[in-house]
Amino acid sequence: MAKTPATYDTYLAEHREFEKGLPTQRPEWLERTRERALSRFRELGFPTARRGNEAWKYTNVAPIANASFSYPLNGASQVEPADLTGIAPWDDTWINLVFVNGRYSQALSGGQAAPDGARVTSLGAAIAADGGVIEEHLAQHATFEHDGFTALNTAFIRDGALVHLPDGEPLQSPLHLIFVTTDSGQPAVTYPRTLVVAGAHSKVTVVETYVSLSATPNFTNAVTEIVVGDGAQVEHYRLLLESADAFHVGTSRVYQGRDSTFASTSFARGVAIGRHDLRVLLDAPGSSCLLRGLYVTSGTQHMDNYLNIDHAKPHTTSRLKYKGILDGASRAVFGGMVLVRPGAVKADAQQTDKNLILSDEAELDSKPGLEIYADDVQCGHGATAGSIAEDAMFYMRSRGLDSETATAYLIRGFASEITDAIDLEPVRACVEAAILGALPRIQAGRGS
Amino acid sequence: MNARSETRNQPLLEVRNLHVSAGGVEILKGLDLSVNLGAVHAIMGPNGSGKSTLTNVLAGRPDYEVTEGKVLYGGRDLLAMAPDERAREGVFLAFQYPVELPGVRNREFLRAALDAVREHRGLQKLSVREFNKLHEEKAGEVEMDPDLIKRSVNEGFSGGEKKRNEILQMTVLDPTLALLDETDSGLDIDALQTVARGVNKFRSPSKAIVLVTHYQRILNYITPDHVHVLIEGRIVKSGGSELAHELESKGYEWVKKTVQSGSEVGV
Amino acid sequence: MATPKAISRKTTDLGSDYKWGFVTDIQSDVAPKGLNEDIIRLISGKKNEPAWMLDWRLRAYRHWTKVSHEEPRWAKVNFPPIDYQDIRYYSAPVSMKGAEGLDEVDPELVEAFNKLGIPIDEQKKLTGVAVDAVFDSVSVATTLQETLNKLGIIFCSFSEAVQKHPDLVRKYLGSVVPHTDNFFASLNSAVFSDGSFAYVPPGVRCPVELMTYFRINTEGTGQFERTLIIADKGSYVSYLEGCTAPMRKSHQLHAAVVELVALDNAEIKYSTLQNWYPGDKDGKGGVYNFVTKRGKAAGVNSKISWTQVETGSAITWKYPGVILQGDNSVGEFYSVALVNNYQQADTGTKMIHIGSNTRSTIVAKGISAGHGQNTYRGLVKIMPSAAGARNFTRCDSLLIGEECGAHTVPYIEVRNPTARMEHEASTSKVSEDQLFYLMQRGISEENAQHMIINGFCRGVFQELPFEFAMEASQLLKVSLEGAIG
Repeated sequence: MAKTPATYDTYLAEHREFEKGLPTQRPEWLERTRERALSRFRELGFPTARRGNEAWKYTNVAPIANASFSYPLNGASQVEPADLTGIAPWDDTWINLVFVNGRYSQALSGGQAAPDGARVTSLGAAIAADGGVIEEHLAQHATFEHDGFTALNTAFIRDGALVHLPDGEPLQSPLHLIFVTTDSGQPAVTYPRTLVVAGAHSKVTVVETYVSLSATPNFTNAVTEIVVGDGAQVEHYRLLLESADAFHVGTSRVYQGRDSTFASTSFARGVAIGRHDLRVLLDAPGSSCLLRGLYVTSGTQHMDNYLNIDHAKPHTTSRLKYKGILDGASRAVFGGMVLVRPGAVKADAQQTDKNLILSDEAELDSKPGLEIYADDVQCGHGATAGSIAEDAMFYMRSRGLDSETATAYLIRGFASEITDAIDLEPVRACVEAAILGALPRIQAGRGS
Repeated sequence: MNARSETRNQPLLEVRNLHVSAGGVEILKGLDLSVNLGAVHAIMGPNGSGKSTLTNVLAGRPDYEVTEGKVLYGGRDLLAMAPDERAREGVFLAFQYPVELPGVRNREFLRAALDAVREHRGLQKLSVREFNKLHEEKAGEVEMDPDLIKRSVNEGFSGGEKKRNEILQMTVLDPTLALLDETDSGLDIDALQTVARGVNKFRSPSKAIVLVTHYQRILNYITPDHVHVLIEGRIVKSGGSELAHELESKGYEWVKKTVQSGSEVGV
Repeated sequence: MATPKAISRKTTDLGSDYKWGFVTDIQSDVAPKGLNEDIIRLISGKKNEPAWMLDWRLRAYRHWTKVSHEEPRWAKVNFPPIDYQDIRYYSAPVSMKGAEGLDEVDPELVEAFNKLGIPIDEQKKLTGVAVDAVFDSVSVATTLQETLNKLGIIFCSFSEAVQKHPDLVRKYLGSVVPHTDNFFASLNSAVFSDGSFAYVPPGVRCPVELMTYFRINTEGTGQFERTLIIADKGSYVSYLEGCTAPMRKSHQLHAAVVELVALDNAEIKYSTLQNWYPGDKDGKGGVYNFVTKRGKAAGVNSKISWTQVETGSAITWKYPGVILQGDNSVGEFYSVALVNNYQQADTGTKMIHIGSNTRSTIVAKGISAGHGQNTYRGLVKIMPSAAGARNFTRCDSLLIGEECGAHTVPYIEVRNPTARMEHEASTSKVSEDQLFYLMQRGISEENAQHMIINGFCRGVFQELPFEFAMEASQLLKVSLEGAIG
């Protein structure tokens, strides 16, 4: 039943062009991976909310599937460093890597250099230099067998970010990966790809930021793989700050070794259709993860956070805390699934999803789930939804604040549980500003 | 065989060279203790000395591993018995942290326990009326709020209410050996007096009490026959009730010093 | 002699944990296996149904044939394809033909229900409970008619209601669960054979519990009963449902539909003890319990409350829901679902908030043991019109043993900002601390387990009528035999 709809022809045609542009010397393993991924994409296509497809129950990707996107081969020349500092958090003391339409830009990247031993570099260059750790991990964690978007991204692997820390090496300086899409005159698709391999007992902070330099409804299909080695600590931020009309499908796959920790904060400012699919595999005893998230939607935006935590081994811990702020006729979707596999005893998992709904037309669909196959566990979840408490509003207004200003305060207070936990000052400032920036109605109402 | 049937000259409880580990760490390191019927023993010691471990091991909590030594109860190997068997044989532990049992009503719980204990002793089960009468009477003695009796076991109880409930259970189940694990901790003076009254009423020539505490305070209300000082898994000093007062004024450091300097370890 | 304490079921132990597994040897009038329009005409004909009833069935059947390739598969249960042509859609005790009063009911049948602890003989009737006993496809007796008649309460078999109260049936049949609702509801609408019907007139508070007891007997027979309960303005009724089936090696299909309608200020309380044969220790046999139950809180201030204790069936697939249409209406769902051995349950509720200030409460307790798989699946949907709606959901799962699973899949859809909803869930095992505490008081491990499990279910059991609560607690104990201790 592998029937490719006509709309996928564009992708296939683009892939032919893409192949022509590849270097003549290319590793065979990667070539095979791309081929398998492309043929899998032909079979799978994009997901539909057809009966029984619980993973896409509340998100219809037809507007992406039915649109036609060009595949820009370059665009770095259009971007000035100053374009970035205004829209993404920026700190010259960090290690900054900039990717324009999925390709590494040496000219725009800067800040500190990575210390000896660590590799923080363009994936394309690294593949050409030495497959090694890349062959071992690339496309091994973000598998594409059941996922059309990942298959498509994998078929288009050429460049991206590689972060590789050797065993025992902490990296003090935060690492910032900025993925920029530009205006190529028509809607374009990009395939950012990131591989982070943190060796045993290493430590690193990685910020992944997605921004657009145009209002064109571009489509970003991003895939990130993160390997947290035994005893390693990875702190991860993911900032979705693309234009309000963008399409964004992000897939993150995290693999954790023994006694490792992974802490992630995901912020999503609403886009036309946005989805972040984050899966963490706790594959060894003592591994733990803490996932925080904040999403803000307005207008007719649609934001879907789809989270899976896989407790595969005994003595694993997960904490998940997501919050949503919904305005206009937007729709937010939260899907959280905690899986505890047979034998994974002493699993300790807690997840919450809390939502603040600011308008009559906004819609929230929350589906926090537990799937438990081991008996000695402590697992729980909670979800809430409601509007701003009337007594809080009245209290503030009785002190002379107009309702929009009061609302803004209450929104900030609601978000603070997530924002206060952000250790990187530029990231926190950027997120705090972006929250109200994502709510034009509240912003405008404040007038002053 | 029932512990009560033992002759007076044999100790009710005899702990010999007891070594106990939890999570791979040795906590009791060769503890000896002998308790006769009619006696009240107070075991005092600083935090982490192994006081709670002792009472829990005697009651059969599964988290501990006995690596050496033995415990005889009425001449029988106590450590070979399941926790419920020990309870039916008359060993009662008043928990330091009584467990909450959501949805399990106090009355039904205590009745099931009493039925099990009485059946074991060859006694008739009490009728509902008899049980309620006994329950009300004993609850009155420890000044339990009647509303609490209708609630789930310990759920939403304050610290003091939980401890009263432990003493209530003790007096209803009428054990032979009562192990009181820090029953005084976290109690205000009124609750402490109530609890002590309950214990004193329970005290008799056919019972024995082992009272574990960090503070001397409760011993103002319950006068022990013997006081033992437990430090780092061993009883390092024993004496009469005056030892508790000495400890109160001089502190545990004093005992450590006297022990280290090789001076007497009384028995 | 009256049997004041309900429903203790002392029957011969057939050497199995399932104590209701006996077969009643009785001659039955059965339809040939298979399903087609002729079978539906045959069922309708056996019941002397009016033309409108046959038409309704045929519409449902035609819809079902259109969707028959779409058996729902989204639930977390596994079963091989069902051959719908290999099922008998009608079976009735021969002796029921023309039986007018209870005096004429076959003594074998009376005895069968006696064995189940459900005396249908007026002389032995349960105090305070009016019973409609359904055996395979037909209702065999309804007790306490006189008491009910005086108050204008109608409580009879569905077949009788079609004959005697056609206006009420036509008005409400399919009004909550339309014949197009889902695969199994369509199938039921086409072939349902009997069930219970109750109507409580305005302002009447039904003084006794209404009870239907369902019994599958004949092998290879599907049971497709249909229940319709209408509580008119300001009325109240409490309805109980119990069910058992003999032990059979093959699976039996049970696809029932229950519709409840509560008008202004009316209240319906619906309690179920589901104890269909669960299959043996290796998962052989057992009932496929694929049931559609829904209430419409149609009137202002109306209330519908579902309480279910599900211990039986090889597979349970049911989501008793409430459409909260009237302003200030209330929906409740209290559930205990237990799986042991190879049982599978995917059960929960749907609360659809339409009216303003509507409130719903969901308390679901799942217990998994053996190789059982237990899923809570529940939808809370708050429509734009449901200003001020409130929902509170609490789902707890208890795991006993290492081979079982407990899953929680809530769907929360909020389209009104003034709504407030809260959902909490937890999964754990019986805590060692709790067990030790109970055992330290002399209670055996098995009894301690049972006590903790009972406590875990307390919030649901207390919603049941007293006798049912005792029965439920006993059922849990029996169903978990071998799993604990």
